Amino acid sequence: MSFGVLARAAGMGRVAPVVMSLTTFAGSAQFAAVAVLGAGGSAVTAVVAALLLNSRYGPIGLSIAPSLRGNGAARFVQSQLVVDESWAVANLGGGRFDGRMLIGAGLCIYVAWLAGTIAGVAGGDFIGDPAKLGLDAAFPALFLALLAPQLAHRRALVAAVAGGVIALALVPVARAGVPIVAASAAALVGWRRR
Amino acid sequence: MNAPWAAVLLIGCGTIAIKAAGTVIVGGKDLPPRVMGLFEALAPALLAALVATQVFGGDRELVIDARTPGIAVAVIAVWLRAPVLVTVGLAAGATATARLVV
Repeated sequence: MSFGVLARAAGMGRVAPVVMSLTTFAGSAQFAAVAVLGAGGSAVTAVVAALLLNSRYGPIGLSIAPSLRGNGAARFVQSQLVVDESWAVANLGGGRFDGRMLIGAGLCIYVAWLAGTIAGVAGGDFIGDPAKLGLDAAFPALFLALLAPQLAHRRALVAAVAGGVIALALVPVARAGVPIVAASAAALVGWRRR
Repeated sequence: MNAPWAAVLLIGCGTIAIKAAGTVIVGGKDLPPRVMGLFEALAPALLAALVATQVFGGDRELVIDARTPGIAVAVIAVWLRAPVLVTVGLAAGATATARLVV
């Protein structure tokens, strides 16, 4: 919902934000694009920022790939339902993912995201800043809660620590999104140690 | 076509392609154990990176703000094996409270 409100405030009109939620379905990239456009940045800058942010879905898509069944078309549809949250709740640990959980969670989030965007665009000016409710801490807390049970294995722990350190180290020097992609290299660190 | 629409269409197509790439290429096949080991470590690495950047990430800088007490509370809650929803609620509450106080 906050996306719809922000996008309208950034001068995107009413229809473009909704189409964006329909096709892009990746909150952080959409916010980034709107932020760039709202600050007077060019369309090219907005596209580069958003796609860099979404490049994390490359390794994320790879991580779920072995767990997905079905033909190419079915896997394609499933892959589109991947967002940080649906991916995280479908994560069973040990490199396995629950395909049905991914679809269920993905669809729920998709519908909610779309409805929220429409509501926001239609005039959600009464809604306060989501940060006031602490919602910006809710997602990392969710990810942490989902990460914790996986840390029983030493390899996973090493990968998690390395991934977090790599990401934090890159935040000051790299565009948003890049630190997450680079953190996937941490999986390699653990691999070599074995 | 104006700039927002061009951006919307390009970002949409690009994102669909990125999301599809990994799954369509690799999906449905069983992988050798050594490669599976790589995938096993990928999820924790990415999750940890998401947590770290969403808590401390600013605009090209690391910041300690109201999100920090939120995640600290979440760490304690996870340590005490609180249910996921309780953990998330406590973290949001702690961050909201910190914003009110400061």
